[in-house]
Amino acid sequence: MTALQLWRSVLSKDLRLAARRRSDAINPLIFLLMVITLFPLGVGPGPDILARIAPGIIWVAALLATLLGVDRIFKDDYADGSLEQLCLLPQPLAFTVSAKMVSHWLLSGLPLVILSPLLALLLSLPGDAYAALSASLLLGTPALSALAAIGASLTLPLQRGSALVSLILLPLFIPILIFATSAVESAGMGMAVHGQLAILAAISVLTVTLAPLAVAAGVRMSVN
Amino acid sequence: MWRWLHPYAKPEATYRLVDKMLPWFAGLTVISLLVGMVWGLAFAPADYQQGDSYRIIYIHVPAAIFSMGAYFGMAICGAIALIWQIKTAEWALPAIAPVGAAMTAIALFTGAIWGKPMWGTWWVWDARLTSELILLFLYIGVMALYAAFDDARTGAKAASILAIVGVVNLPIIHYSVEWWNTLHQGATITKFERPSIANSMLWPLLISLLGFMLLTATLVLMRYKNQLLKHELNRPWAQAELAQASSTSAEEKR
Amino acid sequence: MKHKTTEPLPRLKAHELSSVRGGRTLFEQVSFEVHAGELWQITGANGAGKSTLLRMLAGLMPSSTGRIEFNNHSIQYDRSAYHQQLLFIGHKPAVKAELTALENVYWQRRLSGDTGARQDSMDDWRLLETIGLLGLEDEMTGRLSAGQQRRVALTRLWHSQAPLWILDEPFTALDVKGIALLEQRFNEHLAKGGSIVMTSHQALSLASLNPQQLHLGEVYANAMGAV
Repeated sequence: MTALQLWRSVLSKDLRLAARRRSDAINPLIFLLMVITLFPLGVGPGPDILARIAPGIIWVAALLATLLGVDRIFKDDYADGSLEQLCLLPQPLAFTVSAKMVSHWLLSGLPLVILSPLLALLLSLPGDAYAALSASLLLGTPALSALAAIGASLTLPLQRGSALVSLILLPLFIPILIFATSAVESAGMGMAVHGQLAILAAISVLTVTLAPLAVAAGVRMSVN
Repeated sequence: MWRWLHPYAKPEATYRLVDKMLPWFAGLTVISLLVGMVWGLAFAPADYQQGDSYRIIYIHVPAAIFSMGAYFGMAICGAIALIWQIKTAEWALPAIAPVGAAMTAIALFTGAIWGKPMWGTWWVWDARLTSELILLFLYIGVMALYAAFDDARTGAKAASILAIVGVVNLPIIHYSVEWWNTLHQGATITKFERPSIANSMLWPLLISLLGFMLLTATLVLMRYKNQLLKHELNRPWAQAELAQASSTSAEEKR
Repeated sequence: MKHKTTEPLPRLKAHELSSVRGGRTLFEQVSFEVHAGELWQITGANGAGKSTLLRMLAGLMPSSTGRIEFNNHSIQYDRSAYHQQLLFIGHKPAVKAELTALENVYWQRRLSGDTGARQDSMDDWRLLETIGLLGLEDEMTGRLSAGQQRRVALTRLWHSQAPLWILDEPFTALDVKGIALLEQRFNEHLAKGGSIVMTSHQALSLASLNPQQLHLGEVYANAMGAV
């Protein structure tokens, strides 16, 4: 079996399992919608102020929603022993675990991208910024999933790791937040956004290529 | 590299080396810090714009630089521990992290003190200060992860991986924050970047830098010594070391 | 237990392994050699480090000292080649509660490298029949009894091609029939030249398989003498 075939098997098993437990993927999205709803209630429904803070709110909510999904990446596999079987496969672990990152992205990042026009609408984002918001989420969320996998792999053996995961991950999310929100803001003001989006893409490429190494090390440490 | 490092994979040899180095580091720290601080805080000329309040750079700048330096050092130790599976490198991580975090805290605190006369407020979202704040979060993450594991070895491994991930991210964070700062700029003038500095102000700064470097090293070595003893408590050499230390302190009391 | 001089090289060789965790020594200086066609049973009190030893042998955990060799190469030397030859079933069954027994078998096949695995295949049905789970194939595995779940996990023994099996308490939760089934499978494997290293409290039922014994704990030195 080639590593690629195994990769596909891991991914499709993950997706099959997620289909059996839809709430795991859906709950973070509903959480995101609720957080977005709280802001107009908190700062007032004026479209001006909402449009001003919308990029930041949407992205911060996206970061928090990512954190909610962190447990899903490895926790069950760790608890039932599937993860140690992954470690015992002849194929390189770093490659195998990247399938878990992709499945996390498909179930948390991609829905966000699809949901983004709705979020933009709720927060009266200017029409010009819709595309930039979707693009920033499309380019930024892969890095979020990759970092989330690192956090998940490092805290696996811990009983109460979720607060710790947030502590570890949020500082690492900062560059993504900065460039993504700036892209959306620039678009709203009618300025070019290619620069920010290119940097976001670069961060994602870098993170997605390097993170599997850290995740594999983390998983080996946890399974130990 | 391996051949050179190998003897120090033995905790006892490392302990002896650290023990020998420590007095020198401590002595030089006291001298250079005394000279740097007294010269900088008392004798260096006042700034024509900022008056005497600029003098805090003699603490702020060195602390900020070595808060970053300690993080790099921690990540390097983590990498050595992970790649070569050397226990003694693992133990360096818990020795370095709190010292680095303390340096970061000093940099933040003095930055706030400097901010008050400059900007009229204790905190502004200046690029350097924001970077330092994020660095503090990174340190806290590493320390919290290390402490969360019952087994110190597993904790050190996890924290090492995180430190390395952090070190890859650190430049990205740094430049993104700087970029973000120029983007939302206007009100704050960055006083931290001085185009040029007079020699009479530069020399004490360099000596303070040296002093802080030695201070960081000394504190780390002191903590590292304790780590070595703690992890090797059941070994004969550690027992002998402790027995000797308690007998000398008993003699001193007499 | 003396080996003939013409004996081929051992398949798996453990040399002076020890486990020190948190300053406590679980075991030290454990050495033994597993040859083709041999069954090794590791015994010892609870907490003697049986599972730890098995995890070391599987390469999931480093030993504090010593080395482990597979076909004369350190298992760290080419981990991938070693794992190709190894089947490890630990405490945790690696069975998904949200999948049916049939699906679990299918995914086990796919993840263990069977590229020809198809969902709902005849082979999988036959396997379920062998293991005595026919009629429960559409039940979610999470709703099966502990023994039945164990059986689902153990189906891997039937479709694996690996010559070396490392099994942690495979008999746990199994009934008499299940144990007999498993022993029969062990016999087949050993007859084909396979090797098994396992832990079990079921010393008696294993007797027919003529196991080599390794005892961890106070008296393990005696067992060492026998090697």
